[in-house]
Amino acid sequence: MIERKRSFPIGTSILSFLAILGLVLVVIRFINGLGAVSNLSDGRPWGFWISFDLYSGVALAAGGFTMAGAVYIFNLKKYHSVVRPAVLTAFLGYTLVILALLVDIGAPWYIWHPLVYRNIHSPLFEVALAVMTYHIVLALELSPAVFERLNWHIPLRAIRAIQIPLVIAGITISVGHQSSLGTMLLMATQALHPLWYTPILPILFLSSAVAVGPAVVILESTLSTKVFGDKLELNVLSGLGKAIPYILGIYLLLKLVDLIVRGNLGLIFSAYPQNLLWLGEIVIGVVLPIILLSIPSVRQNRRGVFLGALLVVLGLMLNRFNVSMLALAIRPGYAYFPHWMEVAISAGLVAWALLVIWLAHRFLPIASDKEVAV
Amino acid sequence: MGKAVLFDAEICIGCRACELACKEKHGLPMFDLTKQLDALPAETTTNAGTYTKPPELSAYTFLKVGFHEGRDAIGPLTVYSMRKCMHCEHPGCAAACPVGALQKTSEGPVVYDDNKCIGCRYCMIGCPFGIPTYQWDKPVPFIRKCTFCSDWLSEGKEPACVQACAKRTGSLTLGEREEQLAKARKIITDSPDKYVNHIYGEKEAGGTSWLFISSFSLPFEKWGLPTFGSTDPVAVNVDRAMVAIPPVLIGVAAVMAGVYWVIQRREKIRQENTAKKEVTK
Repeated sequence: MIERKRSFPIGTSILSFLAILGLVLVVIRFINGLGAVSNLSDGRPWGFWISFDLYSGVALAAGGFTMAGAVYIFNLKKYHSVVRPAVLTAFLGYTLVILALLVDIGAPWYIWHPLVYRNIHSPLFEVALAVMTYHIVLALELSPAVFERLNWHIPLRAIRAIQIPLVIAGITISVGHQSSLGTMLLMATQALHPLWYTPILPILFLSSAVAVGPAVVILESTLSTKVFGDKLELNVLSGLGKAIPYILGIYLLLKLVDLIVRGNLGLIFSAYPQNLLWLGEIVIGVVLPIILLSIPSVRQNRRGVFLGALLVVLGLMLNRFNVSMLALAIRPGYAYFPHWMEVAISAGLVAWALLVIWLAHRFLPIASDKEVAV
Repeated sequence: MGKAVLFDAEICIGCRACELACKEKHGLPMFDLTKQLDALPAETTTNAGTYTKPPELSAYTFLKVGFHEGRDAIGPLTVYSMRKCMHCEHPGCAAACPVGALQKTSEGPVVYDDNKCIGCRYCMIGCPFGIPTYQWDKPVPFIRKCTFCSDWLSEGKEPACVQACAKRTGSLTLGEREEQLAKARKIITDSPDKYVNHIYGEKEAGGTSWLFISSFSLPFEKWGLPTFGSTDPVAVNVDRAMVAIPPVLIGVAAVMAGVYWVIQRREKIRQENTAKKEVTK
């Protein structure tokens, strides 16, 4: 089982350096307060950690529930081999979300408070509860990999017995909090720019998360092919690529119809500089991928699918940065650009995750397609 | 219906007794023009081109009188605005808070509980006025904003700022909200040539417990206050989305279970059919 595989290309030393630097900065943050390591202010209370780690992180972890749903509920067996890597990434993604929030929130020692002091009308309460429960669901969905490695047959049989209910729970919780992250921003009636503020924001958040799910899986399998050498069949990649334009098409239609209905379509041209951000996320993350991935010859090409998926991911991240940072001005006259320490802390967390993925691929049966008989 | 404070900007003379009384009441650092108190960086301010200082509300300033150049019938003069927590009737901050650390009390104040707050700062996003502030310089930080002196209010005493003003110009007065609205309406109708015909806070964000009236020399647009397209509370769209969540989630779970059942059943029948065919061969 434990064979020597090619070592990490970015270099474990660089990753280790980032991981340790991140830790040091976190210590500074807890001694000197949030102001010492960030450019956050009363006018811009949310910054890079919320946009990158929470908003982008949760959306990019959507591969977990979309792939599990496709394979176990819709019986698309062709994609079986990508479920486990997708669930592993989702699990680590949510771990990162939680760790970043422990840095971002002012009183992380009270992170359990939503369990006790519940404000059921708050969308953030819904998100907090969902992230906690979904993290457990993902851990359970992933646990067979550990049990198989250890040859523990009884827990393996128990997990297999509840596999379908687990997958359904994962999908339900994900639909809930992926959309509630959009609902959260509906509170910013004055602060969020009208190009993005719409009552259907929860639906837009959900549909874009579903679209980015397969894109992240394509990126991840392409990269892991490079690093670990477990090559994924091309028809799996092109199949995933083929699904993306349909979901993105619905998303684009919703966005445009919504702007027309609210009479805000003109803002695309008049609301400088926000219109550039809006056009950026639409052209990069929606229009170009729809065109690229609709062309069969592009889809049948590993680099083509990879490029299409990369654009979807970048466009989605720009969208999440727009709604939660760039187009969200709490107090007029306040500017925000992330402090290098904010970025370094997030980079440190990602470095930790990459190190764990690397270890998991070395020591656990992540890429294996076969289910061990029990 | 709870209490409300009416601020009549027309008779305010910018003495700032309210600001300092607030700081004294809450043990907040006073302003430092000499810049010698390094320990209080939030309050050393630079000249912003007007006599306004500090430039904005912070965790160390809950109430701020704004200085503006205006003009009345006689000539140019300095006119004053106010910026502080409005104590909304339907507060966005309280709707946002996941742990209910912010609550609207029946007396009027929106109060904050240090012991519940997790520091997510979502209240700062949820406030349409950009009021809640955070202790960015503290390792154990809290949200800070005007408390309406709720501890004094429940003892039957007036808030510190109102007390300080009552002995001077009386621009700040405390009363029942309905009475305050009637009083404000009367002031405006008695001097229609002086006052803007608008009570800021009557309908804004669904109504607030602080009410502002102002003269034509400083209309509300120049106060830096937001204008609202509707009189709905801030959380109206959020509430609509949140109400939909339980039925939608039950629906999603049911549809997923249904799809699974149908597909598995079809698969089973297909397998049985192929098995039968093999037997008949």
